[in-house]
Amino acid sequence: MDFSLSPEVLEFRDEMRSIIGEFVTPDVIDLMHTSGVFNAEELNLELGRRGILERAVPGLGKGDPIEMFVMFNELEKAGAPYDGIAVALMIAAVVNKLGTEEQKARILPGIVAGRELVCMGYSEPDYGSDIASIKTRAVCDGDEWTINGAKMWTTMAQKAKWVILLTRTDLDVPKHKGLTMFILPMDTPGITVDPVHTLGTEVTNATYYDDVRVGDEAVLGEVNGGWRTMTTVLAFERGVMGGSNAAMPLLRHFHDWAAANGVLNDSITRERLARSIIDMQVAALLTMRSAWIAASGGLPGLEGSMTKVFAAEAYQRASAWTQSSSGPAGLLQFHQEGAAGDGFVEYDARHSPVVTIYGGTTEINRNNIAERHLGLPKSR
Amino acid sequence: MSFNLSLSADQESIAELFDGFFTNEAPATVARAAEPLGFDRELWDKVIELGAPGMGSNAEVGGGGATFSDLVVVAESLGRAIAPIPLVDHLAALSVVSDADLVSGEAIAAVAVRPADAAGIWRLVPAGAVADVIVGVDGDETVAVRSTPPMAGPLNHASAPLADRSAREGIRTVLGPASLFEGVIDRWQVLSASALTGIADAARILGVAYVKEREQFGVPIGSFQSVQHGLADLPVAVDGSRLLTHKAAWALEAGVGGVLDWQYNDINDGRTLATMAFLFAADSALMATDRSLHYHGGYGFAEEYDIQMYYRRARGWSFIYEDPSKVCLDLADRLFGKAGG
Repeated sequence: MDFSLSPEVLEFRDEMRSIIGEFVTPDVIDLMHTSGVFNAEELNLELGRRGILERAVPGLGKGDPIEMFVMFNELEKAGAPYDGIAVALMIAAVVNKLGTEEQKARILPGIVAGRELVCMGYSEPDYGSDIASIKTRAVCDGDEWTINGAKMWTTMAQKAKWVILLTRTDLDVPKHKGLTMFILPMDTPGITVDPVHTLGTEVTNATYYDDVRVGDEAVLGEVNGGWRTMTTVLAFERGVMGGSNAAMPLLRHFHDWAAANGVLNDSITRERLARSIIDMQVAALLTMRSAWIAASGGLPGLEGSMTKVFAAEAYQRASAWTQSSSGPAGLLQFHQEGAAGDGFVEYDARHSPVVTIYGGTTEINRNNIAERHLGLPKSR
Repeated sequence: MSFNLSLSADQESIAELFDGFFTNEAPATVARAAEPLGFDRELWDKVIELGAPGMGSNAEVGGGGATFSDLVVVAESLGRAIAPIPLVDHLAALSVVSDADLVSGEAIAAVAVRPADAAGIWRLVPAGAVADVIVGVDGDETVAVRSTPPMAGPLNHASAPLADRSAREGIRTVLGPASLFEGVIDRWQVLSASALTGIADAARILGVAYVKEREQFGVPIGSFQSVQHGLADLPVAVDGSRLLTHKAAWALEAGVGGVLDWQYNDINDGRTLATMAFLFAADSALMATDRSLHYHGGYGFAEEYDIQMYYRRARGWSFIYEDPSKVCLDLADRLFGKAGG
């Protein structure tokens, strides 16, 4: 195996680091934590201006997933607010793979310029892991579709230009076969957005669709082929676009605090920190493997599940032990005097629970591994 | 050349060759029959025919000139079979010795992983019971000592050929300063990591096969979600361990002194990665054998079933070096500087 990055990729990484240095200032990170919006508009625009977003979308432009890995890994390690742009690029990759030429021309330019975001409408109030059972209906009448329903966890809906929407279009076939994916502008009449505040700071939304009317141009992929579109999205989501080294900002801030306070002399803390750093290496390698599979033309669905299970739990281990090793200082929030890790310890203890939930719970991912890797029978 | 996570064509052939070899020549019955000493001379003679003992040595001394990463592939195959031959130790030792009978495999070399004590004794040397030449540290020197192996040692958890060996009696060759040994131990850690990855992988294979076959409540126990989820962690640990081990091998081949910037998870230093790989592989093998044994139910506890042999070797091959927590503290010193410093 060869773990060296090419000179081009290293140059790209240095470029990313310099952009991050300029655009991911402490103020930007602070704003992310006070506003609950994990998105940085100026950063997105700069990445767009330099052509980096276009280059990072698989199949579009240069389309090297190793670059995409490097881009998100650098943003994640820096603790940058990148959720908005990650989702947008993930959907751009799907539009590029499954969309019509007309859709690509209409949708992709705004995303790769860093101007426009996308939110994801899959989960519903009553359907999360059992996503193929969703009830939001799209009914076709001539060349017009009417959509009615409700979606949960549509993060960035308040900012997004587009929503990608999983709907039921056929009631008479097995649940996986009657789904159709749409992509439509968020300003289409009939859409409303209600914020949902979360433990982990980030504000997400419930969105409602009342007699939302769109044409065939909004269908993404085949009619009743929504499940394939869904699995394509998930393969890009799990592991490739961030979510692999989420503990790095925490470990860095914790280390500096622990060194300044004598906590780093404690052998239990030293062992825990070293083990978390091993975990971060392994998580990065598993993610690079997914990226490498994508770069070689594959769809790393199974590998993504494996990466996500490991990386999510590694982050949770890190946030659990750093908080306990910090004692009472690990309870103090950002900007409070004496807060362990400048408040990151407390923040990550609130944020880390979500990572084994979103993008497919660890239970769903373990089901995938058990069925597709180990060849065990379906258990549900 | 840049970034490629598949084995090379050569390595694919090596993996196929050695997996096939161990499957045919070293099924679990061979490891079982070799207990308690943990050495099968006949099997060693067969790997000599494959050229395995000298495969990593230079062609000038009669070796095969294989890369270190190639040896890592062999070590994983050996681990999967828990083959009762000290090939990991021998290959690590041969990074600093090249006597003709060692390269050919007629004589066996091993690594004293801890320095000799004040009396000049290397305690509990892995493969010390059967090796003709021991490479290790005595005082401030790295030495190779050739003496007659005892062919016996203390009964132990892993049925491994452990024995105390003298660092002073026998034909003693000074190879260099103690620091020379660092490169040997790096290689021993990485080859051991690969063998432990093989153990974890075998535990996965045994566990999955068993839960597909064993029925309770009228269905295979592998259809129960709690069992599935416990086993689903095994391939993740195996793949993570294999990737980290190969990264360490790649870094060692590239030469010591790479980038070590843990704060941005940018680590290309061979020594650091070798220790990380060893620790992670040990954890993976411990976890995988523990889970697999558990899902075997009472039969996993029965000597008759093979999983218990893997369970014991996962521990034996991990702890023979040192308490992993202490290894981890050494790693911490390298990453963060010494405590109180």
